[in-house]
Amino acid sequence: MIQHSEDLHQIASNEQERRDGCRHHVHVCMAAGCQSGGGGELKQALEAEVARRGLEGRCRVTGVGCLGLCAAGPQVVVDDGATRYQGVQAADAADIVEALGGSPVERLRCPGDMAFFRRQSRIVTENCGRIDPERIEEYIAAAGYHGLHRAVTQMSRQEVIDAVTGSGLRGRGGAGFPTGLKWTTVAKAGDALKFVICNADEGDPGAFMDRSVLESDPHRVIEGMAIAGYAIGASQGFIYVRAEYPLAVKRVRHALAQAERMGVLGNGIFHTPFTFHIKVRLGAGAFVCGEETALIASIEGRMGRPRPRPPFPAEFGLWEHPTLINNVETFANVPPIIRNGAAWFSAIGTEKSRGTKVFALAGKVVNTGLIEVPMGMTLRDIVFDIGGGIAGGRRFKAVQTGGPSGGCIPAQFLDMAVDYESLAQVGSIMGSGGMIVIDDSSCMVDVARFFMEFCMTESCGKCVPCRVGTRQIHDLLAGITAGQAAPADLATLEDLCDLVRHTSLCGLGQSAPNPVLTTLKYFRDEYHAHIHERRCLAGACAAAREAV
Amino acid sequence: MKAENSPPGGRSSSPSSPPVDPRLRLVDRTMQLYRHEGHALIETLHAAQESFGYLDEVVMHYIAGRLRVPLSRVFAVATFYHAFTLKPPGKHTCVICLGTACYIGGSQAILTGIRDREGIAAGETTTDGKVSLLVARCLGSCGLAPAGVFDGEVTGRLNPAEVLDRIGRWRHDDPAQ
Repeated sequence: MIQHSEDLHQIASNEQERRDGCRHHVHVCMAAGCQSGGGGELKQALEAEVARRGLEGRCRVTGVGCLGLCAAGPQVVVDDGATRYQGVQAADAADIVEALGGSPVERLRCPGDMAFFRRQSRIVTENCGRIDPERIEEYIAAAGYHGLHRAVTQMSRQEVIDAVTGSGLRGRGGAGFPTGLKWTTVAKAGDALKFVICNADEGDPGAFMDRSVLESDPHRVIEGMAIAGYAIGASQGFIYVRAEYPLAVKRVRHALAQAERMGVLGNGIFHTPFTFHIKVRLGAGAFVCGEETALIASIEGRMGRPRPRPPFPAEFGLWEHPTLINNVETFANVPPIIRNGAAWFSAIGTEKSRGTKVFALAGKVVNTGLIEVPMGMTLRDIVFDIGGGIAGGRRFKAVQTGGPSGGCIPAQFLDMAVDYESLAQVGSIMGSGGMIVIDDSSCMVDVARFFMEFCMTESCGKCVPCRVGTRQIHDLLAGITAGQAAPADLATLEDLCDLVRHTSLCGLGQSAPNPVLTTLKYFRDEYHAHIHERRCLAGACAAAREAV
Repeated sequence: MKAENSPPGGRSSSPSSPPVDPRLRLVDRTMQLYRHEGHALIETLHAAQESFGYLDEVVMHYIAGRLRVPLSRVFAVATFYHAFTLKPPGKHTCVICLGTACYIGGSQAILTGIRDREGIAAGETTTDGKVSLLVARCLGSCGLAPAGVFDGEVTGRLNPAEVLDRIGRWRHDDPAQ
């Protein structure tokens, strides 16, 4: 049981000794991406090879969380980044073990100094790929639970909230609401029973940040939630996680059991009266449950349908009690803020968007994977420097941020700094952090139709504008891509978008027109070509081609 | 005992009755874990689907009785969420991801290929009951687009030929049941 800071230091120093006892450390990526590429067999092969050579005492093979560059998986990192290998298969295990301490295996080598690694700054993902997510000791050795200890033993509840407010942290789930303000509201609510909820219902297609964080460093999120519980006066938390992420669910459950056993969760944490428990709740595949009132309904075991706000969950939430809901990445930022202070955090990023942002970089870009960059980096740097440009020598067309609630940003804004305000200015949103690069082989009308189909299917059906409007918009877009639209349809489309945006009940409907509006604004020529010339400029819409 | 409390397979307290359907154990354990509170409904349905492969009316009746929630609510929740299915799945399942990265990476062509060759659309099962086709909104394996899941195993960088080949092997090399 951990009760004092000495206990934490003792675990950390034991862990250090355990590390120092081994000359070589081989880290194998065991996140979902690399596992599906054969990471599990690779780890077994490496362990077998180490055993065969009798090196068990001197070389340790560890399964770690996301190493970032999913495009080059399965990845292996040797001796804390001294050598990085890519595309490794089980058959390569012997060569890798043979090369330990000598010159690396050239044919597998991944240049460690590439911009993809060099230009990132890691706060949320600082432990991703560095620690074994299934061992709480490694998290503690990486300064884990020191923030919680500091908060509950040395700080008042108000001081914790002040630190979060002072850091300038904003909600990483998409809307960017100031986190400190949310905490203050829940803390002030006069009710003895309050709840903390971690929203891990990452439903945006093309986003896997939360999954990676939960798979790679689950304790960070747990610690963030416990600090929040202390600050607002709650003793029960819930992690609402997608059932589609079985590995993340397994790691979170495992981490919770460890944390309870070690006493960093449970009754009387760090020998204080503070008590905090966390339960896992599984989602069941409904995008709308990312909306906070729908998420609450789902935790209560009902259909995930949103209700009008106010009252906001901060005052009237789970089982009608004040409830704090933050996203995975938001909670993951909290422990380092408490540990290093608000000033440290607020020095990173831009004036209105502090800190870093984790993005899932995917689509037609060379280096797909998980990245974390300071707020304010330009899109060009992200796509062309970190991302390595467009795959297959094609031309950049747009980058899509914010999923079905966001927009498509054209090349003219490549030099824009990425923060909440600038993205909103061009009609998109930060969203939870999916960033899909689109090249000239994709038709933007079809992309808009794809997102509208998503919103139409995911609409919960409670309010008419969203239920009926998304279908009407989708059918118009389908007509356009099929080369069967009339010129007047464009005006109808714009009218409908305006209506759905302003009259829907929740964020799903209100933001559903964004992909259509941004493509209408920046790629209007593609709409015109479909309507007037029955032609798809990208050559992607087969039906439009046939209709000519 | 109330009618809706009798489990599928017909459990009664008399010793001569057939033993409890072993598939119900996970369902019962889940409900016990939550002390049979109504808010355990979604977790319980997950457990039932894991055990039975799908949710049939008998199981939903049983859960409604045990958790003391109206059957209408059980049915509403089971049909609201995409994760639950009321139809028995095929022997094998193939899930194709339709997330953004997979879509622009060509997953639609894979679905079209399956439809043309096997005659099944998303949510359907081949007539021989061997293969079910499902689509996912996003598997979170965007770095490996287009991605799919074959009987629980996530596989990335798919192409139509490879997927059709896998499905073909499931359908034809499998000894008939």
